[in-house]
Amino acid sequence: MKRVAAYRAPYPGTQPNHLHPPYVSSIKRAPTRPPVPIPYTLSELTGPSFEPEIVAPKASDLTRQHSAEPLGERIIVSGRVLDENNRPLANTLVEIWQANAAGRYLHAVDQHDAPLDPNFTGCGQAVTDAEGSYRFVTIRPGEYPWRNHYNAWRPAHIHFSLFGPAFATRLVTQMYFPGDPLIPFDPIFNCTADEKARNRLISSFDWETTMPGLALGYRFNVILRGRDATPMEE
Amino acid sequence: MSLQATTSQTVGPFFKIGFEWLYRDSLAAEGVSGTRVTIQGRVLDGDGIPVSDAMLEIWQANAHGKYAHPEDTQDKPLEPGFKGYGRVPTSADGRFRFATIKPGRVAGPDGNPQAPHLLVAVFMRGMLRRLVTRIYFPDEPGNAADLILNLVEPARRSTLIAKNTAGDPGTLEWNVVLQGADETVFFDLGL
Ligand SMILES: [Fe+3]
Repeated sequence: MKRVAAYRAPYPGTQPNHLHPPYVSSIKRAPTRPPVPIPYTLSELTGPSFEPEIVAPKASDLTRQHSAEPLGERIIVSGRVLDENNRPLANTLVEIWQANAAGRYLHAVDQHDAPLDPNFTGCGQAVTDAEGSYRFVTIRPGEYPWRNHYNAWRPAHIHFSLFGPAFATRLVTQMYFPGDPLIPFDPIFNCTADEKARNRLISSFDWETTMPGLALGYRFNVILRGRDATPMEE
Repeated sequence: MSLQATTSQTVGPFFKIGFEWLYRDSLAAEGVSGTRVTIQGRVLDGDGIPVSDAMLEIWQANAHGKYAHPEDTQDKPLEPGFKGYGRVPTSADGRFRFATIKPGRVAGPDGNPQAPHLLVAVFMRGMLRRLVTRIYFPDEPGNAADLILNLVEPARRSTLIAKNTAGDPGTLEWNVVLQGADETVFFDLGL
């Protein structure tokens, strides 16, 4: 067969299994049979791309999507999207969504008894530049309760969705904040066995991107899968 | 120096606010060539309960069997206006539906053409990383020799093949069954 450079398999323990019983919703949803390994074909090595124009200029500033500013602590969330070979991924669509400062999502299913903010929708988009960099202006999301177990609270987090160059590189993840006391108790954060891999989901406070008198900066780099250096015999 | 891919996390229950702006249930604009087809179905959990908070992403080749992507160097035409990407949520009763064209056959790594298929990634609350599967077409002679279908045990192949809908020739039915006897075949791409 033709030699195809596959995407690298994850290091053991650095990605969650589908079944993680402490996260109760996974129990009835995780497939029970092992996934079938397949060789990479053109179908998995290709993937959707988007014109940068589909993202409106204002889409990366979540504090300027309404007539007034949202309540809460303004923050800058920025970082780079790289592959495992340390190469920047330019022109990659990054989507984020989050709760408002009170820990409430603008979503019909969110029943948390905390106020909505008429000036905060909580979603944004950006396309990475030539260095793979992205930047969002937003507010620090609030922690919120959920019904997974008794007295369950999600740490403050921002949801991230990225495409990368191929169907195989698609990633959805969550970014956390340094020093959040809820992190050690969160079954979703803890779904990944490898402690270092888990801790890479925690952004770092950053003076460089902090804007005097305006907003604290947090850095969060996202690494998408890279190609194997040597093509594998399929 | 080499880095490690970021850990996947669930989309959670509130993904609609982040994903809705890019919902696309019609993949092929008017004028794009190919046989029109609507694919619909349901996502069901281990108790057979419809999953109302799932999202499916679709990736497919055009009617000539070519992907709108630089890595596809097959000598086949692109279709202006056809990107091959779709994104649809499930409804309160776990249903999804999208309209597209039947893709052509894409070259496989063994040199033989693959049978026409769509790639599907499934995201939902409770799913810590996406599920990856394929939709094949019924009555398709290429299925029998398809490299990927043949890696699946014969009894489970039918979970990957959409079914005709009685009285509605343009509509196919294909379900995502997460657990149980009819559990859909999901693929391991390493991640
Ligand atoms: Fe959340």
